[in-house]
Amino acid sequence: MNLLLVLQNILAIGVPFSVALLLAALGEMFNQRAGVFNLGCEGIMAMGAFLGFLPSFLLKGGALAPWAPAIGIACAALAGVLLGLLFGLVTVSFRAPQGIAGIGLQMLGWGTAGTLSRHFVGGVTGIPGIDAWPIPGLSKIPFLGPILFSMTPFGYFGFLMVPISWYVLFKTPWGLKVRAVGTHPRAADTMGTNVARTRYQALMLGGAMAGLAGAYLSLAQAKMFADDIVAGRGFIAVALVYFGRWHPLYILGGSLLFSIAQSFQLAIQVLGIDFPYEFAVMLPYVLVILVLAFAKNSRLRGPAELGKPYNREKRV
Amino acid sequence: MNRTYRTLYSAAIILAAAAAAVGIGALVLMAIGVSVPETYRVILTEPFKDMYGITEILVRTVPLILVGLGIAISFRSGILNIGAEGQMQIGILAATAVALALPNLPKWLLLPLVLLAGALGGALWGSIAGLLKARLGVNEILSTVMLNYIAAQLHGFLLRGPMIDPAELQVGSGTPQSMRLPKAAWLDRILTGYRLHWGLAIALGLAVIVYFLMWRTTWGFRMRAAGAEAKAARYAGIRVESCLAAAMILAGAFAGLAGAIEVTGVHRRAIEGVSAGYGFSGIVVALFGGLHPAGIVPSAFFFGLLLIGADMTQRALSVPANMVLVLQGAVILSIVSAKTWLNDPYARDKAVRKMAALFGGGRK
Amino acid sequence: MAKNADRITELRVEGITKRFPGTLACDAISLRVGEGEALALVGENGAGKTTLMNILMGLYQPDEGKIFINGSPVRFRTPNDAYAAGIGMVHQHFMLVPNMTVAENVALGSAELRGRFRLNLGAARARIRQISERYGLAVLPDAYVWQLSVGEQQRVELVKTLCFGAKFLILDEPTSALTPQETDELIALLSRMTADMPLIFISHKLAEVKALSNKVTILRAGRVAFSGDTADHSSADLAALMTGHEVKLPCNECADGCGETLLAVRDLKVRSDRGHYALDGASLEVRAGEILGLAGVSGNGQRELADALAGLRSAESGSIALAGTELSGLAPRQIIGAGMGYIPEDRQTEGIVPSFSVSENLTLKDFASPRFAAGPFLRLKAADANAAELKKRYDIRCPSTATPAGSLSGGNIQKVILARELARGPKALVAVYPTRGLDMGAEEFIHKRLLELRCEGVAVLLISEELDELMNLSDRIAVIYKGRILATIPAQEATRARLGALMAGLREEEGATA
Repeated sequence: MNLLLVLQNILAIGVPFSVALLLAALGEMFNQRAGVFNLGCEGIMAMGAFLGFLPSFLLKGGALAPWAPAIGIACAALAGVLLGLLFGLVTVSFRAPQGIAGIGLQMLGWGTAGTLSRHFVGGVTGIPGIDAWPIPGLSKIPFLGPILFSMTPFGYFGFLMVPISWYVLFKTPWGLKVRAVGTHPRAADTMGTNVARTRYQALMLGGAMAGLAGAYLSLAQAKMFADDIVAGRGFIAVALVYFGRWHPLYILGGSLLFSIAQSFQLAIQVLGIDFPYEFAVMLPYVLVILVLAFAKNSRLRGPAELGKPYNREKRV
Repeated sequence: MNRTYRTLYSAAIILAAAAAAVGIGALVLMAIGVSVPETYRVILTEPFKDMYGITEILVRTVPLILVGLGIAISFRSGILNIGAEGQMQIGILAATAVALALPNLPKWLLLPLVLLAGALGGALWGSIAGLLKARLGVNEILSTVMLNYIAAQLHGFLLRGPMIDPAELQVGSGTPQSMRLPKAAWLDRILTGYRLHWGLAIALGLAVIVYFLMWRTTWGFRMRAAGAEAKAARYAGIRVESCLAAAMILAGAFAGLAGAIEVTGVHRRAIEGVSAGYGFSGIVVALFGGLHPAGIVPSAFFFGLLLIGADMTQRALSVPANMVLVLQGAVILSIVSAKTWLNDPYARDKAVRKMAALFGGGRK
Repeated sequence: MAKNADRITELRVEGITKRFPGTLACDAISLRVGEGEALALVGENGAGKTTLMNILMGLYQPDEGKIFINGSPVRFRTPNDAYAAGIGMVHQHFMLVPNMTVAENVALGSAELRGRFRLNLGAARARIRQISERYGLAVLPDAYVWQLSVGEQQRVELVKTLCFGAKFLILDEPTSALTPQETDELIALLSRMTADMPLIFISHKLAEVKALSNKVTILRAGRVAFSGDTADHSSADLAALMTGHEVKLPCNECADGCGETLLAVRDLKVRSDRGHYALDGASLEVRAGEILGLAGVSGNGQRELADALAGLRSAESGSIALAGTELSGLAPRQIIGAGMGYIPEDRQTEGIVPSFSVSENLTLKDFASPRFAAGPFLRLKAADANAAELKKRYDIRCPSTATPAGSLSGGNIQKVILARELARGPKALVAVYPTRGLDMGAEEFIHKRLLELRCEGVAVLLISEELDELMNLSDRIAVIYKGRILATIPAQEATRARLGALMAGLREEEGATA
């Protein structure tokens, strides 16, 4: 019985933890489905986390305070869109190599968030953040209630994005275009799909979702902002897209796996088990490497033109 | 005439790229409400005001050259090493461990041994990503990033636990740092009173060696061929996978050596923050230096200047030192964008024709 | 934009010019196609045909020139503009997204068939059925494109274009991947369609031009060299006009000087990237002083055979022997050392390292040999001297041997590869589509060299899909079909019809050696 309670606690922490990974990975999925490999996800999340946090910090105690999280979320999404546009400019319009450009975007986003936070905030400060909103009735279900139905509204939104992403990708004309430009951009182009525009749109959507993922970290998960709040989640999200074979359902599975692994680490500390916590912190990162090593052939199923710039005027 | 226009085209793109990088930085500076020209002036000129500033630039230049050389080798060989930060930390740990374990060896033996240990440690860490890429096709960017986080935890664990200075435990302050290294493991300072050390000579010497290695030996030919066009290299009988693994190991060795030199030359003990982001700055240094030793040395000096300059702006204008990351990110984005324009003969020809039409001269 | 007229009665192009780095692909081209007409656009590879058509499709922007539809000027900034104006194109390399179904491909290209917010494939399926019934083109709307054969994909490509409401058709070498029988069917279909819509038909096969078109325009080096009625000119006249002079590509005419078997492939089984057996027990022998041609519709295992011979794809079973040395299981380095020469299919990325200099590329396989290296150090002077000599001997046109090889023209790149391979004195040479996309001059040069090699006693395996090339050069021709050698016949006995039947998989009673 006690063990069950421990498990419930681990999951009750782990499941909401997965939202940030999930949002970022679903966004990255759209990028990659369209053929763009955006490693800048980490940097966009850092900006999202900071901008999500900032209104709550500035408006603390003021009349507008209840609206602060909403303003923050909007700012985070907007910043994500803008950084997605910037990445599109560099990789789609200028056709720069995507891997290294992504590292550039990561530094830019991370550095900007750090610079602005030192200037506007100074040290680490807490904010009220977004409160949990247990669903009446459902949250009372034993075991499952505290795990699945006691999250913040932001958390429910994150899980709702799984079916929405699936629908958009497979059941809408836009999703069809996204899949086409990632697989055979020239064919899509000759059939009247604007490859650059579709990739830009996917990058903007992916950026917005990465921004939201960051805002989730600062507003709903940690309720504060620190320079290293993202701590590699953006990169893990990119790895999850590979692991999840570019499909929303598998990506959901991957996100849950990783976040539950992370909450184990907390459980170890809370339960006072004598295990160096540094090794516990390492766990998700080691897991990513293992997953990548064993999911190696999944590339065959991925978008064929992933990572390759498209140049209509190039002679074939 | 066409030649002039072509030069003009290249110059225009380089200028535009520089303007874009400076402009992105300016946007962030404006957001925090400081004077943009003043900030750039402080960054670019203040460090030259005295001997301290100049030697400190050079102190930063040393690890930047070393890390940049390793990254250039890896990029040239077709594998992107983002893991220099972690490789450096493992190098720091290995060098410190060897120095502390053998305190009684004479200097001529201990110092080379310590540096070698650092290089081997970094090489070992690099080999993980290299082998994963060569054997299992694991994306090296993701694996090296993950290895950075793992190395950081390992570094923290060892400095807080097994390798912590016993004195720290006695006093009870618990600062995560190792014991001071024995003097026999110290790299000597070049000028008394300044931190500049002979690691500079090692870095410059290795820059020359890397040039010869990559451009004058059969080994380097093989590595560059594998990196420039893997398919053609395979048809020519080159084992591309081995090249990738070798490149990552070597890149790791350079980063590890950089760590060992920082420990033996500057800090004289392992302490948190020795790697100080050099692993990431090294990527920018290598790209900015055109992935060539002759470019990397000046480029490392330039980014050393930026690092010191950013410190100074923090003190003089209270611009957070994170600003340097913003600039580095902007520089990477500008360089990779400019490169595609510079290497696109179609865009160049088109621009040249336009210029010829506007200003006359040139053939069609 | 042209008015949405029901029919396109005239398409006119005036003074179209398009430049690519280093080349003038189209030089002031003008042409006109009227109602009920089928214009054949002929010319050598690199004459500018495909470039011109891509301009008509809005894929490339012309540097100069104008396009008129039904007399009014139009400008196509994107392929969408061209579609809206009623122009449809069947591309040589099918423009189909392989991991989507036929219906999804059609929906991708037509806003009205896919719905606005919700993807509705019903309309696309209905349109596909309607078009396939009308023209007698059987197509399954829910089949995935990658599952279809090349002939079926060709049909899908045509149906797709018609589904988009094309009122004017452009077909870029539509028969290049088809068997002779499939070709005949397509030509018959297109003749029927000419009544509904005018079309432009790119080809370099003069028999098809005579069969289908009523007007012909010949392009040479980016210019219109000739325009006239097809009926007024014989195939021979057209051939002469196409190249600008009487063409006589070298032929394999000297007596049979074949020696013993040098290169022997036995029961080779190799898997493709998708995991099935791309080579399923293939056997062939090439003798010293012989050119063995390998014919076949592409995708029947040629790629995998070539890879296996280079050591880049491991054989599941069977053997490859070169002069008695077993090669299967050896690394590429060892195979090269055993005396195998190789001209890869994709010269830009497999034959050369584009960013390396001509000089470096010429030593790509020997940079570590004592000739070009002293211990671990490169002998750059020796490499440059070697490059200067080969540049002269093989007539490689480049500003200097320090120029990056990737900036040379296709013909010169192929010369670099040929020079490197031949200078090594190989025992056997595998040439994979060695003249694909080259102009006639370069083709002639390469053919001559291959014949010289034959006379020197080298075993040459020539993989090609050009029947003329195979019949001109080979001593014997082997036909590959679904990973097996269906037959090997002496070149004198080979006819287009016989090879065509074999390429389509029709086994012969006699001469079958598979």
